[in-house]
Amino acid sequence: MTTVTIDKTAPTRKVKYGSMSRDRTWALRWSYFFLAIFAIFSLTPPIYMLITSLKSSAEISAATNPWWVFHPTLENYVGLLTSNQFLRFFWNSAIVSIFVVTITMLISVPAAFALARMRFWGSTVLATGVFLTYLIPETLLFIPLFKMFAVIGDWSGIQLINRWYVLLILYPTLTVPFCTWIMIGYFASIPKELDEAAIIDGASWFQTLTRIFIPVAFPGIIAATIFAFTVSWAQFLYPLVFTTSTDQLVMPVGIITTLIKGDVFNWGQIMTGALLGAAPPLIIYAFLMDYYIAGLTAGATKG
Amino acid sequence: MADVALQSNRAAAQAARKRSSLHKMLRRKSTVAFLMTLPLILLIATLVIYPAFYALHLATLNKSMQRFVGLSNFEFLFKRETFWLVVKQSCIFAITAVIFKALLGFIIAHFVHNIPAKGQRKWRGMLLVPWVIPPAMSTLAWLWLFDPSYSAFNYTLAFFGIGPISWTGDANWARFSVILVNIWVGAPFFMIMYLAALKSVPEQLYEAAAIDGANWWQRIWYVTLPMMRNIIAITTLFSLIVTFANFDIVRILTAGGPLDHTHIFATWAFRIGIEGSDIPLGASVSLFMVPILAVAAIFILRDVNKRGNEA
Amino acid sequence: MADVTLRKVVKRYDEVEAVRGIDLDIADHEFVVLVGPSGCGKSTTLRMIAGLENITDGDIMIGGDVVNDVPPKDRDIAMVFQNYALYPHMTVAENMSFGLRLKRYPKAEIKTRIDEAARMLDIVELVDRKPKQLSGGQRQRVAMGRAIVRNPKVFLFDEPLSNLDAKLRVQMRIEIKKVHQKVRTTTVYVTHDQVEAMTLADRVVVMNHGRIEQIGTPNELYHKPATKFVASFIGSPAMNFIPCRLEDLAGKLHIRLTDRVVFPLPPARAARYQGVPRTDKLVLGLRPEHITEAKPHSEPGVETFDTVLDVTEPMGMETLIYFTLEGAQVCGRVNPNAGARDGGPLRLAVDLNNMHLLNEVTGVVL
Repeated sequence: MTTVTIDKTAPTRKVKYGSMSRDRTWALRWSYFFLAIFAIFSLTPPIYMLITSLKSSAEISAATNPWWVFHPTLENYVGLLTSNQFLRFFWNSAIVSIFVVTITMLISVPAAFALARMRFWGSTVLATGVFLTYLIPETLLFIPLFKMFAVIGDWSGIQLINRWYVLLILYPTLTVPFCTWIMIGYFASIPKELDEAAIIDGASWFQTLTRIFIPVAFPGIIAATIFAFTVSWAQFLYPLVFTTSTDQLVMPVGIITTLIKGDVFNWGQIMTGALLGAAPPLIIYAFLMDYYIAGLTAGATKG
Repeated sequence: MADVALQSNRAAAQAARKRSSLHKMLRRKSTVAFLMTLPLILLIATLVIYPAFYALHLATLNKSMQRFVGLSNFEFLFKRETFWLVVKQSCIFAITAVIFKALLGFIIAHFVHNIPAKGQRKWRGMLLVPWVIPPAMSTLAWLWLFDPSYSAFNYTLAFFGIGPISWTGDANWARFSVILVNIWVGAPFFMIMYLAALKSVPEQLYEAAAIDGANWWQRIWYVTLPMMRNIIAITTLFSLIVTFANFDIVRILTAGGPLDHTHIFATWAFRIGIEGSDIPLGASVSLFMVPILAVAAIFILRDVNKRGNEA
Repeated sequence: MADVTLRKVVKRYDEVEAVRGIDLDIADHEFVVLVGPSGCGKSTTLRMIAGLENITDGDIMIGGDVVNDVPPKDRDIAMVFQNYALYPHMTVAENMSFGLRLKRYPKAEIKTRIDEAARMLDIVELVDRKPKQLSGGQRQRVAMGRAIVRNPKVFLFDEPLSNLDAKLRVQMRIEIKKVHQKVRTTTVYVTHDQVEAMTLADRVVVMNHGRIEQIGTPNELYHKPATKFVASFIGSPAMNFIPCRLEDLAGKLHIRLTDRVVFPLPPARAARYQGVPRTDKLVLGLRPEHITEAKPHSEPGVETFDTVLDVTEPMGMETLIYFTLEGAQVCGRVNPNAGARDGGPLRLAVDLNNMHLLNEVTGVVL
């Protein structure tokens, strides 16, 4: 009797096992198939930038296959990298981003520390306020800000409009709230005993911040830095509104306003410029992907 | 009696001393804390809160900003056909783009989650590239892909006998194009958020569901979605805000054209306020973003506070 | 090195009184353990001594100076935390020297102190490691090392062994005792584990509901508990409490446990309890080791009775027995060869020379 049951169950079991693993194999194949499609969709524009950047103007306007480079040339790169104007854009962008990152960290790290650790009157309201500020988009504020700076210029004679350093004042409104928010999250995850130990060891609040909190929350600092940098580098609206002279422009606006001349599009140079403009964030992303993603998800998952 | 009086006297003195010293210490700590947050407070107050109210004030002035005109800027807008076009397009743009970003992000996240952990990093890395490139730069690539005479898409589609499509010239195709580019930029963000959420669902739940006889669809419906509800809600609301307030993509791809059919609030406000030098009217236009932003913000805040209380 | 004194110390959080007026004198070199259930105020008291919490009322003195408003760093104390609170980004040596470096001690001095502490704690080979690379016991040693190198007036320990497994806990307990014998620093140690309290302390402070229930040496607490709380908190298995009555039978004082179980009190005890009103609700307190199997010969003050056991727990060197008396579960310790079995009858002996009589209502040991 028992042997009969075993004989019966054994083969069915085997079949089931086989079908399950086959299901999985197919699920895996479909996954790879769709992932490949999505990857092509994701990478087409940047790859097309690269393809176009390697073509001469003649090849671009010829009716050949646009997806292929028949006569690769670096003339677009040479043209841009020897152009003082383009180098100026790159330089402006770099300077602005580096300053903004510094300003952002100097403002948001101490603020986050105070909000996460030194409960004081109104601290919870302020923390919520910081988060709300992060939700206010720049497209809501650019007009009043423009008028504000114009008025300040008229009153005090300090001309801020059409100066690259006006961006140092504007960009922190985009970077500081979010960086403060994620740093609050990182600082709050540090056990309370650690600062108590530091206090007993004789550290002041400032020393607790610089010698304990910043080193311990270093991944958070990197994530916040990356965020601040990419936001400053990519920002388009503020420089478009506030700067107009070619020597004051940053990369995105510079490429769009100077390389597009009327209806004459020099696509080879535009794509080269766009690729060079995309390069710094991409390089940072390639090397610090985990920190980049940690910063990205921290905003919504830490709370 | 005297003894009692003496004691209560001493107790009072002691209490007073304690209170004042306590006060001093509290004051010191909160002074430090206040100084540490002061730059943040100043920044928010002068460059976010003040301009927000200043926008309200500006919206009530005439074009030369010398006369108070009350609500006549808004009255003027309501009478203009373009304004209603912008309202409609802003809603279509934001809602369609967010729905497709959310769906696409969810699907991609599942596929990435599905494959062996070893390869996930590589795929995730490739799929997030659209989010990393500055939108202004990548939109240029799309502009070139959509070029009226040299479109690489039309070249490819010609092999299938389709086209040529006027990607940015025809009103409906232009609407499609700006949404497509926005989805391309934003879907990876959803993917990353969902992927992080998927990873936080305990594997045992799926095993328990599988033992209970749930198929893959039921597992998603009864396990994955409920577990990810919070993150889906908050990501969607975030994205709704950002998409609704979008500027870069529309500005570069179509600049609002053809014939203002793809203008959304931000680009139209820029056209009127900065390019047209009518700052009050531009401010009025941008203020129309406030209601929807406020609603989304309230929902997000509720969620954030709820989680704050749980923690 | 210094003594620590608490005078009517009170801690109030909004409406909740966590510590309700504590008086405590800790002598120089003394090892005092604060013990009690969670929420009894022991940790709050320690944190007030450390200066991590403000005191609402009263005074705290270290080495004769009132330190109520002195910040922690100027109190010259060192603290060991439950989760060790080692700085994760610093090596063991850097962790231990952090306080000294903040005070700008000379490098050579720091080095000798670290070497000395590391040798004392047997962590010499670990000084260049990060906390992540250490086991729980090693982290515990480093946390102690960090306290030792400071050479403070007072050591404060906040449940330092709670995160360790049982075996390691016993080992570290001995380690802590050894360290104290070497450095002789005044120590205040907080734990919820009465075994830890008994084994480590010169004096134990039992706390409950923000008040001190009793202060005494481990033996005093064990043999002469002042209240029912102390009697039940100290000792494992815990003291038995059996409802009882005092009765005068044939001119001698008797204690009645049930209708059938009545024992005459030994003369010393009888004299002590003579004045207790016979109508008071009383409880007999007896430690399990004073309920044993009946011996063939009788001893003064040891009375016998028969019972039926509920459950037996063989422990190897002894067997724990459980039976019911007047609705109270009673535990006794008998010889493994006494023939105790689940549900079986047994003749037991009760040593009334070591009995305690408690007032059921006030919880006071009479």
